[in-house]
Amino acid sequence: MRPLTPEETGTFFEKLSKYIGENIKLLIDRPDGTYCFRLHRDRVYYLSEELLKIGSSAARDNLLSIGSCFGKFTKSGKFHLHVTALDYLAPSAKHKVWLKSSAEQQFLYGHHVMKSGLGRITEGTEQYQGVIVYNMNDLPLGFGVAAKSTLAIRNCDPMTIVVFHQGDTGEYIRNEEFLT
Amino acid sequence: MADTQIVVDKVLQKDVNKVFSTAVENAELIDIDEGLLLATTTGNLNIRATHDFTRQNGEEVIRQSTRSAVQTLFNSLWQLPVEQVEGTYVVTLPEIKMWLPREKPIPKKRAVTKWQEYAKSKGILNKKKSRMVWDEAAKEYKPRWGYKRANDGTQDWLIEVPANADPMEDQFAKRQTAKKERVAKNELQRLRNIARSQKRKVPGVGLTPTEQPSKDTLSKALVVARKSTASLGKFTEKLPKEKPSKFTGKKRKFEPSIGDLKNERERQLKILDVNAKKVPTINVTKATNRALRESEEQRSRERPSRKTPKKQKGKGASAGRKGGGNKKNRVKRNK
Repeated sequence: MRPLTPEETGTFFEKLSKYIGENIKLLIDRPDGTYCFRLHRDRVYYLSEELLKIGSSAARDNLLSIGSCFGKFTKSGKFHLHVTALDYLAPSAKHKVWLKSSAEQQFLYGHHVMKSGLGRITEGTEQYQGVIVYNMNDLPLGFGVAAKSTLAIRNCDPMTIVVFHQGDTGEYIRNEEFLT
Repeated sequence: MADTQIVVDKVLQKDVNKVFSTAVENAELIDIDEGLLLATTTGNLNIRATHDFTRQNGEEVIRQSTRSAVQTLFNSLWQLPVEQVEGTYVVTLPEIKMWLPREKPIPKKRAVTKWQEYAKSKGILNKKKSRMVWDEAAKEYKPRWGYKRANDGTQDWLIEVPANADPMEDQFAKRQTAKKERVAKNELQRLRNIARSQKRKVPGVGLTPTEQPSKDTLSKALVVARKSTASLGKFTEKLPKEKPSKFTGKKRKFEPSIGDLKNERERQLKILDVNAKKVPTINVTKATNRALRESEEQRSRERPSRKTPKKQKGKGASAGRKGGGNKKNRVKRNK
């Protein structure tokens, strides 16, 4: 377990800021305690100071997971965000997408969102902007990347993909082994 | 003549007594260290105490004092156990009482080698091994290491070729080269230990030849090759598509896991600020889109020639349509 190097922190924050923008500050500077990011086996974990102290007494080989996993770094240094970070992304999301009840199931199975399944979308979403996907009852389902900007979505036909799927809560069941 | 003889005899007698007597006065003032063959007269030499402070008297006093000291030393020497060795008298001197200061500085402790450091940290003890080992082939005891050692692989007269090996490969030569490499490696480690103990800088080895080169050996070799010039690669030109290599030859250093958390937070916030600055404040696509739309709207206003308004989709729909799109706003006719 080690802190992230400046380069890794840069990549990680860049990815996060695509979804929550400058609200990352709320993750770093929390009023209810000191929280930090730690890297363990290429995965980034978000944990409190007390948990850090307890966890650092475990041997590196024996420690599987600690705190909340935000995602993992690939071998070439890119960062992939996992659905386990949703609890922290959802409250501070910048751009949101609401799905119709019919499309909810498809998204939770890992498919992309088509225009026919789109309920609402925040104004001013640009193309390839990170978005958090909600269902009609304002429950966060996952996150993705907007395939088209809000303007373009109005003009396109209902069978085009509007949101690329990146992570959904269905992965807790489908991708159990890879999530830690 | 006889008088003078008597006088001479008397003088000689006196002198003889003086010269050959072993009596010493004030023996308690003399410290003897037999081990160092040292006799020290403690107390002051009272030269001034003599009536005539002439040079000769002073000399006399010193000579007397010296004689006493030496006599005492020899007296004590004869007190020690005397042996006769080949006709001469030999005396074993006892331990030195007065310690002399060191002639040379205290030797420095030997530097610990890398293995010794590791063994100490892990608590590995050196188990004593016997010099002789039973050699099954020769049916006798042979040294474990060194000349004519037991189980010497290099001296086998017959080597079976393993199933997965090239049949044309020289197995004997293979063993010889393996031994040479082991010896060379040991020598390298030894020299490195010495360099470390003397705190001298050793140039990096770079890339050592291996039998199974890994995937990144090529990229490493490229980096090493570009650095292997007289000016350490300062003027080596970059290849057209060469990317900066990850292999810097330096060991990676990480911050401790439980370091200064406040410091860490500040650094992260700084990185956030840097990232925020990188994003341009003007969104180019948005600005161009807006400009394009404005110019289009302007053009459509300047050209009222169209009889039926062109069907506009999107944002222009509600803006351009006359009379509003809603049923609510429709002007009621024929009321």
